[in-house]
Amino acid sequence: MWIVILPILASALRLATPLIFSALGGTFSERSGVVNIALEGIMVMGAFFSILFADFTGSPWIGVMAAILAGMLTALLLGVVSIHLQGNQVVMGTAINILAVGLTSYLLQIIYKRFGQTDAITNALTNNPTILAFLEKLPVVGKAFFSGLTPFVYLAFFAVGLSYYVLFRTPFGLRVRAVGEHPKAADTVGVNVYKIRYICVLISGALAGIAGASLTVGYTAIFREHMVSGKGFIALAAMVFGKWHPVGALLACLFFGLAEALSIQGSMLGIKIPTEFMHMLPYVATILALIGVVGKAVAPAADGEPYEKGEN
Amino acid sequence: MNDGNKLKKITKDLWLILRFPLISIAAGFFIGAVLILIAGKNPLIAYIALFQGSFGGVDKIGETLFKMTPILMTGLSFSIAFRTGLFNIGGEGQFLAGAITAIIAGWYFQSLPHLLLVIIMFILAILAGAAWASIAGVLKAKMGIHEVITTIMLNYTALYLVNYIVRAVMNPQILLGTKAEAHTVSLPDAARLTKLKDVFEIFGRSSVHTGIFIAVGCAVFMYILLFRTTLGYELRSGGLSPDAAEYGGVKKSRNIIMAMGISGAVAGLAGAVNVMGITYYVAQSSTTPGYGFDGIAVGLVGGLHPIGIIASSFLFGILSNGARKMQLEGIPKEVIAIIQGVIIVFIASQYIIKIIYKKRKENEIKKEKIIPEKSKEEEVR
Repeated sequence: MWIVILPILASALRLATPLIFSALGGTFSERSGVVNIALEGIMVMGAFFSILFADFTGSPWIGVMAAILAGMLTALLLGVVSIHLQGNQVVMGTAINILAVGLTSYLLQIIYKRFGQTDAITNALTNNPTILAFLEKLPVVGKAFFSGLTPFVYLAFFAVGLSYYVLFRTPFGLRVRAVGEHPKAADTVGVNVYKIRYICVLISGALAGIAGASLTVGYTAIFREHMVSGKGFIALAAMVFGKWHPVGALLACLFFGLAEALSIQGSMLGIKIPTEFMHMLPYVATILALIGVVGKAVAPAADGEPYEKGEN
Repeated sequence: MNDGNKLKKITKDLWLILRFPLISIAAGFFIGAVLILIAGKNPLIAYIALFQGSFGGVDKIGETLFKMTPILMTGLSFSIAFRTGLFNIGGEGQFLAGAITAIIAGWYFQSLPHLLLVIIMFILAILAGAAWASIAGVLKAKMGIHEVITTIMLNYTALYLVNYIVRAVMNPQILLGTKAEAHTVSLPDAARLTKLKDVFEIFGRSSVHTGIFIAVGCAVFMYILLFRTTLGYELRSGGLSPDAAEYGGVKKSRNIIMAMGISGAVAGLAGAVNVMGITYYVAQSSTTPGYGFDGIAVGLVGGLHPIGIIASSFLFGILSNGARKMQLEGIPKEVIAIIQGVIIVFIASQYIIKIIYKKRKENEIKKEKIIPEKSKEEEVR
C-alpha cells in the first residue's frame, strides 16, 4: 500500500510546488493592496526565460535567476500602472496575461525557429538535491518518497516560512498589512504607501517567476506553449482559500496538489471520481470558502483600490 | 451657429472621443512593426498582407465578419457589466455554458422545425449564461464577495464541467453508440445557422453566418437598453456612483444581479451562436475558449459603447483574420496577440491620462476657491 501512496504524495508535493511560490507571490501583492491576476502571465514569463537562460548558459540556477528577473520586470509593469498611475489593476493584469503568452511564443519562434516548444535542457533540477542524498537511503520512504522530490519542493517550504516571518514578525510586514488594510492611516503615520506596494509587487513577481521556473527547470526540462494553462489562477484560488496567509496558502496548495496527483494516479488506489471533478475541486472549494462554508475568506480591506497620495 | 462651425464642433467632438483608442491602436501597430522587423521581415509588407487578408474581396470581408461575430457579443457582455461597475471576467465560462446548452437542446429537440428549434436553443443558452453569471452576481450583491475572484473560479469550473459533459454525457459513444470522440455529438442540420455563402455566392469560401446579424442585433439591444430605458439609466448610474444612485432610489443589489445576468445572457448567446454557426459540436479542451478574454479587450477599446464595440470588434476581426495570412509570410502570428496586448495596456493607461486631466481641473478649481478664503483670513487678522 505505501509503495503506491508514497509516490502519489511525492507527486502531490511536486505539483503543489509551483502553486506555492505563485500563491505566496499573490499573498504579498494583495496584502499590500494590489490585486494580482497577472500571476498566470508572470509564470509564463518565468517558465520561458528560465529554460532560455538555462539552455544558453548551461546552468539551471542561472535559469532560475533569469526567471526571477523576468518575473520582477513583468510585475513592475503591473506596479507602475496600478500604483503610480492608479490604473485599473484587473485590466492591466489581463493585458499582462495576453502579452506574456504572445511574447513567449513569439520569442520561441524567433530564437528556436520552431513552434510549440523549446529544446529540452539536459541538466534540469528534477532530482533530489545532492546534499540531501542521505534521505534517499532511508528504508521505505527513501526510494518511494524522497527520491521524487526536487530542490524546488524544499525551496517552496523555505519560502513559506520566510514569507510568514516577514509578513507577521517584522516591522516591514506590519507596514505591508497596514497599507493593504488602511493605506490612508498608514500614510498618516509616515509609511510610504507607494514604496511598500512597489516592493510587494516586485516580491510577487520574483516568486511567480520562480513558480514558472519550477514548472520547467524543475519539472519538465522543456518549455511548451500553454503549459501554464490556468496554474496562475489556481494559485490565485489557493491564496484566497488560504485566507491571504502564507501558511494557509501552503495548505491550500498541498490540498490542490493532492487533488491533481489523485486525478492522474488515483485509479491505482481505486478512486473512481471522474478526473474532471478533481480538476474542478480547487475552484469550487475556493468559491465555497468565500461564501463561508469552510471558514470565511476575507480579502484585505484596500485590496484592489488605488491609493492617491494626499497633497499635504 | 453656421454650418462651418457645426462641422468644426462635430469633428472636435469626434476627435475627443476617438483620440485615445486611435493612439492605442497606433502604438500597438508600432510595437508590432518593431517585432516584425526583429523577425527579419518588412512590416509594411506584413501589414499589407494583413489588410489584404481581411479586405481583399467580399469573401475576405466575410471571413473578417465571421471572426468578429463572437467577440462583438462578448465585448458587449463585458461592457454591460463594466458600465454598472462590475468586472465580469467570467465571459469564458458563460460562453461555455451557452455553447454546451445549445448542444444539449439541439440534441433533445432535434425533431422540431428549424426556426422553432433555433429560437429554443437561443433562449436556453441565454438562460444558461445568465444563470452561470448570476452565481457571481448574487454572491456580490448579497455577501459582498468580489466578482473578479468568483468569475475566474467559475470559468475553470465551467471548463471542467463542460469537459465532463463532453466525455460522459453528450459523447457520440453514449448517445449514438459509435466510437468515443473528444467532442460531443454534432448538431443536426435544423439546428445550424445558415452560412451566407449558401445564399450569396459572392461570399466565396468564407465562413460568415447569420450569427453576425444576431451579434449586431445585440449591439442595438444594448444601445436601447442602456440609453433609452429606465433600467439602463439605473445601471449606468450604479456604475458612475453607486452611493449617489442608491440615494436616488436605485437598488444596488438588484442592479448588480440584473447587470451580471444580462452580461452572462449575452455571453451565453455568443457561445450558442458560435456552436450553431461554425463548430457544430463542443470539444474537450485544456484551456478556456478565449472569446471571453478577447471581449474584455474589445469592450475597452470600443469605449464600452455599442457603436464603438462594433468598430473595435471589426478591428480585432481584421487582426485575427489577417494573422493567418501573416503566418504564411513567415511572421509569427503571435505578433497579433502582442499588438492586442499593447493596445489594452495603452487603453488602461488612457484612463490615467483622463484622471490626470480631471485632477488638474479640480486643482485649478480648488486654487480659485482657496485664494479668496485665505484673503478673508487675512482680513480677520
